[in-house]
Amino acid sequence: MFERLEAILVKEFLELRRDPWAIFRLIIPLALQVIVYGYAATFTVHHVATAVLDLDNSEASRSLISHFLATRRFDIVDFADRQSTVTRDLDSGKATLAIVIHAGFARDLASGRGAPLAVAVDGTNSNTALISLGYVGEIVSRFEAEEAAKASTVKAGAAPPTVTVSLEERPWFNSGLEDRWFFIPGVIGTLTLVQVVNLTSFAVVREREVGTLEQIMVSPIRPVEFILGKTLPFFLIGLADVALVTLLGVLWFHIPFVGDPFVMLYGASLFLLATLGLGLLLSTFSRTQQQAFALNFFLINPIFILSGFAFPIAAMPRFLQWLTFLNPLRYFLIVIRAVFLKGVGLSDLWQEFAAMALLGVVMLGLSVLRFKKSLD
Amino acid sequence: MNREMTGESGEFAVRAEGLCRRFGALQAVRDLSFAVARGEIFGFVGPDGAGKTTIMRMLAGVLLPDKGEIFLEGIDVVAEPERAKPILSYMPQRFGLYEDLTVAENIFFYGELFELPWRVRRARARQLLQAAGLLSFERRLAGQLSGGMKQKLGLVCALLHTPKVLLLDEPTTGVDPLSRRDFWAILYNLRESGVTILFSTAYMDEAERCSRLALMHEGEIRLCDSPARLKAAMPGALLEVVSADPRAAHKALTGAPGVLGLLLMGDRVHVRVDNALRRKGELEARLLGEGVGPAAIQPIEPGIEDVFVALLGQEGAA
Ligand SMILES: Nc1ncnc2c1ncn2[C@@H]1O[C@H](COP(=O)(O)OP(=O)(O)OP(=O)(O)O)[C@@H](O)[C@H]1O
Ligand SMILES: [Mg+2]
Repeated sequence: MFERLEAILVKEFLELRRDPWAIFRLIIPLALQVIVYGYAATFTVHHVATAVLDLDNSEASRSLISHFLATRRFDIVDFADRQSTVTRDLDSGKATLAIVIHAGFARDLASGRGAPLAVAVDGTNSNTALISLGYVGEIVSRFEAEEAAKASTVKAGAAPPTVTVSLEERPWFNSGLEDRWFFIPGVIGTLTLVQVVNLTSFAVVREREVGTLEQIMVSPIRPVEFILGKTLPFFLIGLADVALVTLLGVLWFHIPFVGDPFVMLYGASLFLLATLGLGLLLSTFSRTQQQAFALNFFLINPIFILSGFAFPIAAMPRFLQWLTFLNPLRYFLIVIRAVFLKGVGLSDLWQEFAAMALLGVVMLGLSVLRFKKSLD
Repeated sequence: MNREMTGESGEFAVRAEGLCRRFGALQAVRDLSFAVARGEIFGFVGPDGAGKTTIMRMLAGVLLPDKGEIFLEGIDVVAEPERAKPILSYMPQRFGLYEDLTVAENIFFYGELFELPWRVRRARARQLLQAAGLLSFERRLAGQLSGGMKQKLGLVCALLHTPKVLLLDEPTTGVDPLSRRDFWAILYNLRESGVTILFSTAYMDEAERCSRLALMHEGEIRLCDSPARLKAAMPGALLEVVSADPRAAHKALTGAPGVLGLLLMGDRVHVRVDNALRRKGELEARLLGEGVGPAAIQPIEPGIEDVFVALLGQEGAA
């Protein structure tokens, strides 16, 4: 049934091998973007404007504050004397983070009951917020360790001193992004989508524009052979991209990969099926690379916004929520985050898998139907 | 029309009836009919935009006509384009092979598309490459070939599957005379083996090589006959004026009595007159009188270009 598929495949790989820019087009931008995103998301936050309210005013509380000062990640912009000042600092944007040490901090620390520390964060920039919270956690645990060391020299056998950090919810804090590692898995899905949709939608249109399609059309090749031949290589490239970016995330940025790699592989395959279908469908609506570019430009941003990557779908108006059901990225983000961070298996993700498969089959089918061996 | 009598009778390799095609408001091809016998070399000649490419694409089954029918070796191309594909070959005006593949890889690819057995493909490719003088370029990238070599490679790929009907859209445009000779040698050879060749060209001299020729203008066939008969049917007779200043001569002779048409051809002027013997002396005298100086005037046989200009006036001379 697919006698001429091999011919197209061989041709595609020959062309790819001969393209000196292939590696720059296919691998480097993706890797680079993940690295940039990764650093932007994890390490580049310094000098977080911080307001401090020390209601305990003990040796222990002052020691904790000096720990914050020592890292240089926090700039203390205000030593407040009452809660209302802290709130005003946050509301006015003077401070991004507020640390409130409640009265009885030293006492509770020493008794091992869990000294109360309240943290409030301005969630408008959720990345900064997440990262700052991460730092707070680090500093507090270092503080705890030092206090524990001190305590054990004084009297052995006492309960270890602990600090209980409570997060004060700010109204605009995006609680959907509580997980510190939420970001990079999402980037993997998003970048793969952009890459694959781009590549496929341009590939067919380029042949049309250069004139090679006209020559192919007069051969007995069938549309499905041509389309599969054009897309299979991108499927493999897409898988390689996902693998590469995942490895980068795990090895370079130490994102925990809790789940089963095979679940990830199945998910990625179905996701790629859907993105290839989307790219091909776009290509059947464009006659020139310029049109393909315009279509891409028009669609990629809504796809990104309606994916749940940055903005929680539950908070969207009903109509937009319905639209997200057509978005393959929506499903893959759920899959990739679940596999990465929670180790969720097939049994819990089958709905997402089915949705991606359905989208892929429908869009690929439509493209084959729409692709006519005709120059009209 | 009775199909038994014409389209499928086997008498004609190609038959088109009442073809029309428009692009928006532009009527690119209007009510075109013609028939080409097996083994003919049939040429479409016309200036840019005459509709040559549009016809070729419709014949090849990659562009639907708005109206009309096309039969290729008895196959209805409009209704069943895919059935015609194994027996036809089409070389687009624009180079349609992969520039980033080598000569050999392109040949391999087109052989695969037509599902040629490996041995057949190899033998045939060798033979065709040899005829085209491309044997030593097998490993060169198609994009690095000269214009003429590209066209010959296109022909090689088009002939791999031994088509019965060959459609060539301006195959020799931008090709040097030597390559053109190779090219035509291959085409003549093909005709010997019964292949029907339809080609389009904007070169008038090339038109003389075909057995029959359709002069096209604005989507219509104005005249269709063998080159010899087209020339014989040209109204009037032709005088060639060789002068030191052909432009001045052209100007001086415009509007002279008995002059039906003028065509500047490099260093000479072709003058179509009602009566060659009578007007020769008159024109010589007129040139002297207008101060153009002495000129040699003699009767010549018309070329296709003269026929075209006689037919369409100056606008037709592409
Ligand atoms: N796809 C198209 N869309 C719109 N107009 C077209 C299209 N193809 C051809 N035309 C128009 O139809 C007319 C005939 O074009 P065609 O390409 O058939 O001419 P041609 O004889 O091959 O000319 P040339 O010698 O320049 O190749 C031209 O005016 C052209 O602009
Ligand atoms: Mg043309």
